[in-house]
Amino acid sequence: MSAAEKYVAAAYLVVFVALLAYVVIIASKLQRLDAALAELAQRVRARG
Amino acid sequence: MSSALLAVVLLTAAIALIAFYVPTDADQGLSQKIFYFHVPIALTAYACFGWGAWKALRVLWKRDERADLESYVAIHLGVIFGALTLVTGSIWARASWGVWWAWQSRQLVLFLVLFLFYCAYFMLRYSVEPGPRRANLSAVYAIFGVVLIPISFLAIRLAEDFIHPTVFTDHGPQMAGSMFFTFCVSWAAMLATAHALYRIELAGKRIDARLRELRELLT
Repeated sequence: MSAAEKYVAAAYLVVFVALLAYVVIIASKLQRLDAALAELAQRVRARG
Repeated sequence: MSSALLAVVLLTAAIALIAFYVPTDADQGLSQKIFYFHVPIALTAYACFGWGAWKALRVLWKRDERADLESYVAIHLGVIFGALTLVTGSIWARASWGVWWAWQSRQLVLFLVLFLFYCAYFMLRYSVEPGPRRANLSAVYAIFGVVLIPISFLAIRLAEDFIHPTVFTDHGPQMAGSMFFTFCVSWAAMLATAHALYRIELAGKRIDARLRELRELLT
């Protein structure tokens, strides 16, 4: 692998890692929201 | 969901075009291929900041409460795309010029100033209690920041900057048709990605706000 190839691969990898990290963060946030929603539903059910 | 699907299709098409279709630049060689991601990412960052400023204007002008969150999410994405612009640009600089950064290039320094300006937006926003005051302060700051965009964009054209290349001049794009086509597909891919992320993040933040409201009502 030439130096130019390494730099091009690194640039594209950085973009994809950043996008992947963003998707993972959003996915974990959605999981947290889902848990919060379940907890609220439980509370409403408990109230009768 | 449709915008996320469009983003995936366009990103796949852009990568295929960059890898198999577009010719290698005769002057810079393979490292020029960073251009097809670096410039669209930079233009998308400008678009996000511009969208954030437009929403900020709506906060001040129309007293649109929803626009405050929309402005924040757009600027948040603009900062992410701005950081990617700086990182990919730095890698390209190392490959082409042999340095990671060139302080003598006005365009680079102005982009860094723009990026840092918008990073400070979050410090301002989170130093004020949520409410109309925070929305107004954030909106004014976001509108001030957008003034830096044309300055950053035109800097290289107004000043004689021999380091950072200028591809788009008064005579149109200075590249082959296949290169321009690939660039356009990459730009569309980045815009679609930003749009998809904007919608997902905004939906998440809105659900979060409603859940908080609901929790307060139940206690």
